[in-house]
Formats: sequence, C-alpha cells, structure tokens
Amino acid sequence: MTEAATPETVYKTDTLIAEDIESYLETHQHKSMLRFITCGSVDDGKSTLIGRLLYDSKMIFEDQLAALESDSKKSGTQGEEIDFALLVDGLAAEREQGITIDVAYRFFATEKRKFIVADCPGHEQYTRNMVTGASTADLAIILIDARKGVLTQTRRHSYIAKLLGIRNIVLAVNKMDLVGYDQKVFDDIVSDYQNFADEIGIENFVAMPISGFKGDNIASLSDNTPWYQSASYWGKPLIEHLENVELDNSRNQNKSFRMAVQWVNRPNLDFRGFSGLVSAGSVKPGDPVRILPAGKNTTVSKIVSFDGELEEAVAGQSVTICLSDEIDCSRGGVITTADDPPESADQFEASIVWMDDEALTVGRSYWLKLGPQMVSATVQEPKYTVNVNTMEQLAAKTLELNEIGVAQITAEKPVIFESYNDNQALGGFILIDKMTNATVGAGMLHFSLRRAQNVHWQETDITREARASLKNQKPAVLWFTGLSGSGKSTIANLVEKKLHRMNRHTFLLDGDNVRHGLNKDLGFTDADRIENIRRVGEVARLLTDSGQIVITAFISPFRAEREMVRNMIPDGEFMEVFVDTPLSVAEERDVKGLYKKARSGQLKNFTGIDSPYEAPENAEIQIDTTKMTPDEAADVIVEKLLG
Amino acid sequence: MHNSLTHLQRLEAESIHIMREVVAETEKPVMLYSVGKDSAVMLHVARKAFFPSPPPFPLLHVDTTWKFQEMYKMRDTVAAEAGMELLVHQNPEATEKGINPFDHGSIHTDMWKTQGLKQALDLHGFDAAFGGARRDEEKSRAKERIFSFRTASHGWDPKNQRPEIWNLYNTKKAKDESIRVFPLSNWTELDIWQYIHLENIPIVPLYLSAKRPTYVHDGQLFMADDIERLEQVMGRKPEIIERSVRFRTLGCFPLTGAVESEASTLPEVIQEMLLTTTSERQGRVIDHDQAASMEKKKQEGYF
Repeated sequence: MTEAATPETVYKTDTLIAEDIESYLETHQHKSMLRFITCGSVDDGKSTLIGRLLYDSKMIFEDQLAALESDSKKSGTQGEEIDFALLVDGLAAEREQGITIDVAYRFFATEKRKFIVADCPGHEQYTRNMVTGASTADLAIILIDARKGVLTQTRRHSYIAKLLGIRNIVLAVNKMDLVGYDQKVFDDIVSDYQNFADEIGIENFVAMPISGFKGDNIASLSDNTPWYQSASYWGKPLIEHLENVELDNSRNQNKSFRMAVQWVNRPNLDFRGFSGLVSAGSVKPGDPVRILPAGKNTTVSKIVSFDGELEEAVAGQSVTICLSDEIDCSRGGVITTADDPPESADQFEASIVWMDDEALTVGRSYWLKLGPQMVSATVQEPKYTVNVNTMEQLAAKTLELNEIGVAQITAEKPVIFESYNDNQALGGFILIDKMTNATVGAGMLHFSLRRAQNVHWQETDITREARASLKNQKPAVLWFTGLSGSGKSTIANLVEKKLHRMNRHTFLLDGDNVRHGLNKDLGFTDADRIENIRRVGEVARLLTDSGQIVITAFISPFRAEREMVRNMIPDGEFMEVFVDTPLSVAEERDVKGLYKKARSGQLKNFTGIDSPYEAPENAEIQIDTTKMTPDEAADVIVEKLLG
Repeated sequence: MHNSLTHLQRLEAESIHIMREVVAETEKPVMLYSVGKDSAVMLHVARKAFFPSPPPFPLLHVDTTWKFQEMYKMRDTVAAEAGMELLVHQNPEATEKGINPFDHGSIHTDMWKTQGLKQALDLHGFDAAFGGARRDEEKSRAKERIFSFRTASHGWDPKNQRPEIWNLYNTKKAKDESIRVFPLSNWTELDIWQYIHLENIPIVPLYLSAKRPTYVHDGQLFMADDIERLEQVMGRKPEIIERSVRFRTLGCFPLTGAVESEASTLPEVIQEMLLTTTSERQGRVIDHDQAASMEKKKQEGYF
C-alpha cells in the first residue's frame, strides 16, 4: 500500500534535486504519463483546481506568480487572494470575457507521473471542445459545486466521458470549504450521482470532497474532512489517486496485436518496412501476423529502430516492422495477430458528435478518416439524437452543431475496423467536409451491419470493355450543370442528335423526366436533391458499364454531389459541362415560368433564388450561352468528347 | 504482463506518429531548424521516425545574421550528419536595410523572422512546416493545435481552429494554404532536457556554462559574441567583462539574455533549471511587450 501523501512526500524531490541530481534524473526517467480532463463550469472552480495542481506541484515560476498577483488584482474574482483561474485561461478574448472557450493543455509532474490536463469549457455550446479533450484522456474529473449538487451539466459531462470511453471517473465535490466541510452534503451528492451513474452505465467512480481554492484533499488529506478517512470512503487525496490509477496504455497491451500502417519505409530496393503506432497488444520477431486488407499470413522478420533492432514492440510505441514475405501493403493497411484479426465492412452503426456550424447533410459524401484509412462515406438519417442533458432519445432528420446521435454510415469501400469500445484507434473516426476541408464530426463505430457482410460482388464474364468495344466507342458521361433555364436540356438534346447521326450509342437522362419515374418520391430539399443526384449517378454508371455515352441534364447545384458522381465513374470518363448563363439572363428567359413562381414565393427551394448554386471551378467544358448559339455549343462539346 | 512505457517513450512515440502523418499526407514538408535545444530534439525524433531512411524533407534555417557563431557551426555539422538538405534563408530586404536588433527593436524580429519565414515558405512552395514550439512555453501556445492551419497569407485565426480528436489529424487544405505542425506540443522544458540527456543529443555548447565575454545592456546580461559588429551597431564599445554564464534559450545574441551560472554539465543545467524560479522565456525580449504579445505575433504569421 502506498503511504498517504503529504506535501513532504509528494514534493520531497526538492532535496534530491539539490543533493543528487543524477539519481533524481534516474528516477524521473521512469515516470509514466497520465492524460486527464477536467469537466465543469467556470463557476465550479475548474480553472482554480488546475491552477492549484500547477501551484502545488511547483509548476509556477516566480515571474509567473508575480504576473499572477498583479493580474489577480486587476481582473481576479477572488478579492485580495490569488486567483488561480487566471493562470489557466489563455487567449486574450477569453481573459476579457472571463470564460474558457477552447481546450487548453497544461502540464505538471510529480515523482511518479507526468500529467497532461485538458482544460475544457463546460457550457453546452462547447460540447465539441469537451469531446476533443476527452478523446485523449485516461481519466475525467467531474467537478461539482458542493453548494449546488448534481446539475444538468454534471450529467452532460458524465455522459460525454462515458461516450468517449473514459474508464476512470473522479467525482470531485468542490468548494467543500463553503459548506463547512459537511459530510452529509457530500454523502447526498454522491448518492445522487450514483443513481445517475447506474442509469447511464458508468460502472465505477471515485468520489472526493475537495477545495481547489483552499487545497483540501488535493496534495494531502485535509484535517477539515477527518470523516473522509474512514473505511467507507475512498480516503486518498486527488494527486495520489492520479498517480496510481491504471493507464489505458498498459491495459491495451494485453489485447490482440494491431498496428495500422502509416507509412511504408523504402529507402532502397532491399528494404521494406511498415511504420505505424501499435494500438493494441505486442509483437516479437518470429510472431505470425496477418496483413489486411490482403488477408495473407506471414511472420515478423524484424522490428527496426534507430537504436538497433527491438526484441518487442508494444501498444503505444511507434515502430517499423519488416515481414518475412513480400506482401502488398500500403498506408491504411493493418498488421494484426494472425488468429484474431479485426473485421472489414462498409456499413456501420456509429455514434456521431457533430462539430460544424453547418449541419450534417444526410446522403452527402464526406471523407471518413479512421487511423490512416481515408474513404468517402455518407451518413444516413440519424436513428435518434441524444438530449445530452436528459439522456432522452429524440427523433431527428440531421445533426446540428454539438448534437450527438446514432446513425448508419456507408463507406464507398470496406474499412478495417473494431468496435470503439474494443479499440479506439480502429473504432474512432472523423468526418471531413470535402468542400471546406473542415473537421465536421467525430464518430465511434459500434458494429458493422449485416447487409454489408452478406452482399458480395458477382463477377460477370462480359466486361465493360467488351461491351464498349462492340459498340466501337469509349463510354463517357457528359454531365451538364447550370441554373434552371440556362439551356442545359436544349444543348444536351442537340448533342445527342449529333452523336446519334455519327452512329454513337447514347442515352440522355433529363432532370424533369427522371422525376416522373425513378425519382418521383423525391422533393427539393437539400437531402432530396442529393439523393436525386446519387441515383442519377448510379444509373449513369450502369449505362457506361453497358458501353454507352450518357448525357445528363440536371441543375445539380452542389459541388460535393457532382464530385460524388465524378468519383463513381472510371477516371477520364466523366466530363462536367458547365452551361454558364447568368441568373439575370435565365430569369428573363423563364421558359417554364418557374422564376416568376419562385419570386412570388409559390415555389420554395428554387436554385438561384432561395437555394444556392455552386458553380464548377474546374469544369472540363464551359459554355457561355450569351456568346454562342445552342448549335455552336453542341459542336464544341461533341468535338471535345470525340477529340 | 505489460511493459509500462515511460513518459518520454510515449512523447517520442506521439511525435513520431505526427511526423509520419505529415510525410504521408502532405506534398512538400519542411522542418524549421533554429539550432536550439527544441530543434535538436525534433530533428533527433525525425531521424528515429524514418530510420533507416533519412528524414524525407529538408531543414530550413530562417537566419537573422545575428545568431551566435557557435549556432552556425552546429547547424552545418548536424544537417550533414543527418544526411539532410539544409536550406538557409535571409530576408534580402532586411539585409539591404541593415536591420539590426539595436536600431530597429521589434522590426528586427518581424523583418528577419516573421517576414523571412513567410518568404522562405513561399519561395520553396512548402505546404507543411514542422516547428519545435511547445504548449508549456506560453499561455496562447497552450491552446494551439498540433496541426495549425495558415491562410495563403500565413495568418492564424485562434477562433477558427479545427478540433483535434484522438490522434486523427485532418491535413486537408485548400490550394495555397499551409500547415504549421508542432510535434513537440506536449513536451515540457524538463522533458526536453531529460530526453537530450538520455539520448545523448548534441546541443550548442552555449547551453552549458563557461567563461564568456559579457556586457550589460538595459539591465540584462548579454554575451559579446561578435565584438566588432556590436561596436559598429551600438556606436560604442560596451564594457566587456568575463563571466561564467550560460543560456536557457538561444536566439539572436544581442536579444538573448545570459544567466550567470556554474552549471557546466547537462545534469547540472537540469538541476539549476529545477531549482530556479523564473520561467524560460523571460530571457527573451520579444515576449515582454504585453501580456498577449505572442498571440498577436502568431496571428501575423510568426511561428
């Protein structure tokens, strides 16, 4: 058992530093590292607690302390006493507003461990910041103001900590000094929290009565709470607990070996090493391994490092592994235990936290990054979202900023994965907007959906090349895009007539026509427009597989969806034709009288009026209809196609 | 059974992972090399990350012409030993105008370092640049991401940073945008020193105490590294006294305050650092202007 920590035992290092620096260094090279998060509002004294930890572990220097004292007088909230919170709140804007709005990382160390604290804001509008901080934490300190008890935000913070898989929860009942260190106040809060923890499946937590401001039960047990030392309580000060709690990193080493390949190291033809961060288990030279996605087995020939070959690589290390056989494996592949490999799938259920101001667009193609694997993926309508304050499941059409929901995800090709609960590195992913490049969501995979597992590709003997060569042509998609009334259908029709006369096998897919049949169930919301384009893209792909030249005439207002179709069609076969007609010209023509209706409000979601049109940036062909006739335009397009 | 990794092993593994991500996902990375102790660690970790290949990017030194002579020596030998290309950039405009730390104050840092860096990145078309900054150095750094995005004009917007979840870094960017990457974000000053000690990494001898010619300017102690040049710029010969000094941080010699010290070995330096009660950047003049000065400089494109 560890000796109860007193300030002397925790910080006795001072004398060692002065007397025997060599042995001090020897001790400190063997420290482990704990990352934790503090959750709570400014009012709960979160920043004060962190400031206290820094101060008690002597991480504050004299000049910082002097600056702190003068700052405390200027903008502090603690009167004449030092306001520790000022140490922690970083950005100038935040200092002025007196709130923490981003995640700040702080560092301190004791004899046993180095600590990285993610200090996250507590308000609901900063849920994404807390998720960010929680994602790398081994432990969460949930702060409660002893005067207020378990609040809505306590539930929210606990839920997020649980969602992100944090196994060690500390319930720190703070400001005990303001309730006279009353045991009953503490007991009531803990019992309240226990009920809630049971509800959301938090199996274990440790409760402590503390005062960040006064320092009670932080570095040492406090004389103000003698009852805390009786057998029915945890009975240890905060720092001692932080020093001894089990690390995820150690726990991961007992699992099956997994390493995603980040980079293939190939300095010359004689050397090929696979570099990556071991996410679980351990491996030794000679161990049998399976290489995914190739699915082939081999053994580890050696583990190479700058300091010589290694006898073993364990979870948490970045290493370079060489294999006994030449097996094809590139970035995104996974090297794994041969007898217990992870699955691959392209449809999943996942929890998703939305992090962007612009809501999730159901059906839109986003980049999904899972370790070094990067694929296109779409998110379906959420099964439900979770009210983070009440844990209620709500029906939803989309996910807005800071919302957390459960939805089905479809990737364009299989992803090697494990459930997030089993392996965070193979189960956690981010979603990236393909247009803005913003990180818009973070997700945790639950499981793959059976559908993906049981649907396989059937090989056919007649290939798309064979079909095209019989028609004596190269298949292609001429994708017309432009405002309503820009002249897409007119020009597309002329192009098809010209190609037909030249004995080409063509098919024209027209926007209006498709909505009479295949897509008659779709309306004009953003999600429906995306699904409209997705289906047309799939039909165009089938037609090019049959060897045809496909001509499509759809407004197709969003860049992301035109890109999605481009990616469905083999390279070089997709040509975007931008029929560039200014809005004023198209509106003046108003062949179908639609602009008039839209202007008068009878028609909603009309492109160019109350729904945006995102013009192509790099269309293969651009037609300025104010400078040429439809017939001239058709000639330009045919010439470019047949080139 | 498990092998509990030490904090230095975990920090090293994290830094290696970050460097490999950058090399795998960006087109033309570069490593900023300032010759200081953080650069020394960053370079050492890079050599480990890509071994047996040499790090697949060049080193870039944005020079102010006012660095210590020993730094220039160190820079050239270290790059050669790592088998890496070394690029040195000096802002031609600053050369032409004879910008120096005495007559031009903060313009000196802006022209040589901030503008010089931007010029060099633009000149070579680098889309990612590694820097050795750490989050424990200063308050506004504590909130900067490991992957920090800069606009085409190199600006930084602290309110518009991408969330970094787990160790999944989003490196997607628009044309002309670039990324500053800080692989040592989670290291502290003590970690850096311990790692240098443990791994035997060569550092500029100025970090260790020795008898050196010094002078006092504005109440701070400096080393007279190039007396002739000093005299020329100051317009007078400063009073030079031999003192036993070392440096906690290295930059331009007329801007980098020395501390009197007897610590002539690495353990002694660490010992002194642990017992001392002033923070590292105090020796650097540029941070003193005002509380939020670093945040301002970064928004303008300073590393």
